[in-house]
Amino acid sequence: MNYIIIIISAIFVNNIVLAKFLGICPFIGVSNKIETAIGMTGAVTFVMVIATIVTYLLQHYILIPFGISFMQTITFILIIAALVQMVEIMLKKVSPVLYQALGIFLPLITTNCAVLGVAILAVQNDYNLIESVVFSIANAIGFGMALLIFSGIREQLELVDVPEPMKGVPIAFIVAGLLAMAFMGFTGVV
Amino acid sequence: MNQWKNFSKGFFSENAVFVLFLGLCPTLGVTTSVINGVGMGLATTFVLLMSNIVVTLIKNYIPDKVRIPSFIVIIASFVTIVELLMQAYLPGLFDELGLFIPLIVVNCLILGRAEAFASKNTFTSSVVDGLGMGLGFTMALFFLGGVREILGSGSFLGFKFIPGDGILLFILAPGAFIALGYLIMLMNKINKKTA
Repeated sequence: MNYIIIIISAIFVNNIVLAKFLGICPFIGVSNKIETAIGMTGAVTFVMVIATIVTYLLQHYILIPFGISFMQTITFILIIAALVQMVEIMLKKVSPVLYQALGIFLPLITTNCAVLGVAILAVQNDYNLIESVVFSIANAIGFGMALLIFSGIREQLELVDVPEPMKGVPIAFIVAGLLAMAFMGFTGVV
Repeated sequence: MNQWKNFSKGFFSENAVFVLFLGLCPTLGVTTSVINGVGMGLATTFVLLMSNIVVTLIKNYIPDKVRIPSFIVIIASFVTIVELLMQAYLPGLFDELGLFIPLIVVNCLILGRAEAFASKNTFTSSVVDGLGMGLGFTMALFFLGGVREILGSGSFLGFKFIPGDGILLFILAPGAFIALGYLIMLMNKINKKTA
């Protein structure tokens, strides 16, 4: 039951993009086409889940026992940067097809605040290992869902006649606002 | 390069939020009030300035291949300093900003300036650039925080001038997106006129 609450809350009620404002850069940056949105979602899911597991172990077996939790920010971002690098090298060897699909998005993920944000949130919320994994998967799904819906709308927006200064990013933000409003309807579900 | 131009580009022609669209997560996340927005802006300015200084001083000693990880470590160190200082001296603001303080590390603005400017330019230019970009970012957060606080809670800098609740929507997530959309539109118009 606990897991279901974590999942519903992460995907709908506290959607990582539309309610917590994490990962806005890729949300605006790569949402022009549905295909790139799918690629980005795949790469983020991959890194987010692995990063959450590794940072969980780091926090509970190194930082806390040695009393150096103030090093959290530095160590977490290093882990994520190293992980992204490692995933890139491994993918290149193991699955060139997947590498082709995700390739260009991987370096961008290091500075995607959603990954670091989820890792820190999982620690702050005092989740155990399984809860952390569930939490990160649910957040990745939430990110992907928001990105897919948004890129679908943006593809249509290309054809719409909007006032000149509104073109591009401003109208995209207003659409995102309406989308966030729609997601507010889930408030109070859990 | 003309230092005044270098400084002022951060405010209008290359404003981080309104023109380059960098650092949007904290921009949207913390601007529920002016104080929070400006606090975040100044913290980011400090990290940006210090990382620009360190990067420009040691740029000749960093091997090209590991430059991005080195930049990240430099930035993360200063973020940790800010985090500890804020926790000690501004605990109220620290609680309000919460998760977004460690997330200054992944603010693309800071890494972007280290990579695109400080690692290629002289010490003075880098200092001026860091200050300009940081204060431009702070200005953007000030405006967005101002709009959201005035519309959302009918107050400015905590001083209430409209009794009642205001338009709650602007304090919540959707208002952030919509207000930022309109501010970017305004900036587009201003930049087009001056250009």
